[in-house]
Amino acid sequence: MAQSIAATPARVAPRPAASWRVHPFFRHRSALVGAWIVFVVLVVALSADALKTHDPLFLDPVARLTAPGSTHLLGTDNFGRDTYSRVVFGSRVSLGVGVGVSLGTVLFGTLIGLVAGYFRRVDTPLMRVMDGLMAFPGVILAIAIMAAVGPSIWNVILALTVVDTPRLARVVRSVVLTVRQLQYIEAAHAIGVGTRGILVRHIVPNCLAILIVQGTFIFAQAVLGAASLSFLGVGTPPYIPSWGNMLGEARSYLASAPWTMLAPGAALMVAVLGLNLLGDGVRDLLDPRLRRL
Amino acid sequence: MGRYLIRRLLAAIPVMLMVATAVFMLLFLAGGDPASVILGPDARPEQVEDLRVKLGLDQPLHVQVYRWYARLLQGDLGQSIFLNRPVTQAIAERAEPTLILTTLALLVALSIGLPMGILSALRRGQWLDTGAMFVAIGGVSMPTFWLGLNLIFVFGVVLAWLPVAGYESLSKGLWDNLRYMIMPAVTLGMAQGALLARLTRSMMLETLSEDYVRTARAKGLAERRVVAAHALRNAMIPLLTIIGLIFAALMGGAVITEQVFNIPGVGRLLIQAVTRRDYPVVQGVVLVVAGLYVLINLVVDVLYGYLDPRLRYGRA
Repeated sequence: MAQSIAATPARVAPRPAASWRVHPFFRHRSALVGAWIVFVVLVVALSADALKTHDPLFLDPVARLTAPGSTHLLGTDNFGRDTYSRVVFGSRVSLGVGVGVSLGTVLFGTLIGLVAGYFRRVDTPLMRVMDGLMAFPGVILAIAIMAAVGPSIWNVILALTVVDTPRLARVVRSVVLTVRQLQYIEAAHAIGVGTRGILVRHIVPNCLAILIVQGTFIFAQAVLGAASLSFLGVGTPPYIPSWGNMLGEARSYLASAPWTMLAPGAALMVAVLGLNLLGDGVRDLLDPRLRRL
Repeated sequence: MGRYLIRRLLAAIPVMLMVATAVFMLLFLAGGDPASVILGPDARPEQVEDLRVKLGLDQPLHVQVYRWYARLLQGDLGQSIFLNRPVTQAIAERAEPTLILTTLALLVALSIGLPMGILSALRRGQWLDTGAMFVAIGGVSMPTFWLGLNLIFVFGVVLAWLPVAGYESLSKGLWDNLRYMIMPAVTLGMAQGALLARLTRSMMLETLSEDYVRTARAKGLAERRVVAAHALRNAMIPLLTIIGLIFAALMGGAVITEQVFNIPGVGRLLIQAVTRRDYPVVQGVVLVVAGLYVLINLVVDVLYGYLDPRLRYGRA
């Protein structure tokens, strides 16, 4: 889960007055593709009720493991539940967790990073705690937290937020450490701007680009992480139609009903691909130093 | 170098302390009395009380914390509630498949990632680069377990070339072991290989645009030597850190891969312990994995200092 951060070394340079023209984004082909994918997933999630052909929770013992056909577009699973409708509803879980984790991480990560970077006295203790959390491989820490708090969507969000926050906090902190030495901060001090004013008006805006970029990657990682936890059986509770749950169940029916595995997996991969493409594009645009990559 | 080594070693101590404390607190994260959580709602009060004594939960908190650290220092991770044996023994029994899996997967990742990244950087903007980077972002986005399920379906079910799941110990012969390990290793290594390819490419592009590379070319060195001796060597330094991170990702991913392929390794032990609420085992596995990770980072740090003297003498 550290890949996004490793790929974007913290960088702060006073940018020349940004001209916020929209069109560079639309010239970035892969970003555009990513944005479209994410948009489509969002539309599917919002209109899941209209798109479904069956109740995603309805058990139909007669129609167990039916192959894809006219009644069941993508077949049924071992309980006779409609795969297509479950995939459609699964997008809600994925996006919900993604939004929750990226918002939570950006919020706590920024807060911790700001405090650690600006108030030197708490820096060392705070960052030691963050180091301790980062000493666990992400998946393992998430599993351990889920073991303690039990399966639920909110707990998945909690676990993944705890995993991602230290890394973001570290990036934000390094931005703060650089910015606070710049002359305009000194100038702001000199004319009597308070600590809160300096943090909110002068330092946070400098973190925005990196927060947006990291937020997108965290979103993608969270969708993947949530599906992994559910696949392992420690994520969303079994009755919730999430892509990870579906894949976990499909594992036992690979030979007899491969469609139960193909559909949710493809949906998951396309969604994550869209988010990653979007993230790459946003990074190229907001972080010109990395554009050549 | 000696002082640098000592400094890095000392820096690892507070991190390990934090890790141990976090793992200790895990038991209390659930809220309520851990003993009754473990036994579930149907347990009789005497059973709960028994387990409380067994886990030392009847002691005041500071005694519990003290005992926890004292035990850890003796290498004692406690008793498994369900397996009826020490946690260390349970982990040791399951270590072989996991070690083989992660090692093979690292090999897969390196042998995909490095050549692909280097070639892409050298053929920047050409179809090979575009193609490889498209494959790479696909690989990064591909959920490990879905790749595994697809491989099982194609090579295990349809073509029936490889066993669909399970494990054969290395003691039964290398080939028997490998037959079971090929698909899991590819599954686990692929995503990290893709990630490594992307990062290798960007590191190479960075060093290829350095002045010393231009100098090397200007003095008439063969392009092959420019790439190998000047660009790649310098790009390898930051990549070393990435390889350390990849190892961590592999240890996490191994849990998922073992679940996909039914491999009786440490990862499956962890998942079984979670579903049985066997908290001593959960704590033990998490602690061992985190300890390994800290150790690997330490090795990477030391190598880093060895390769880049600036770090040794700098404030680092």
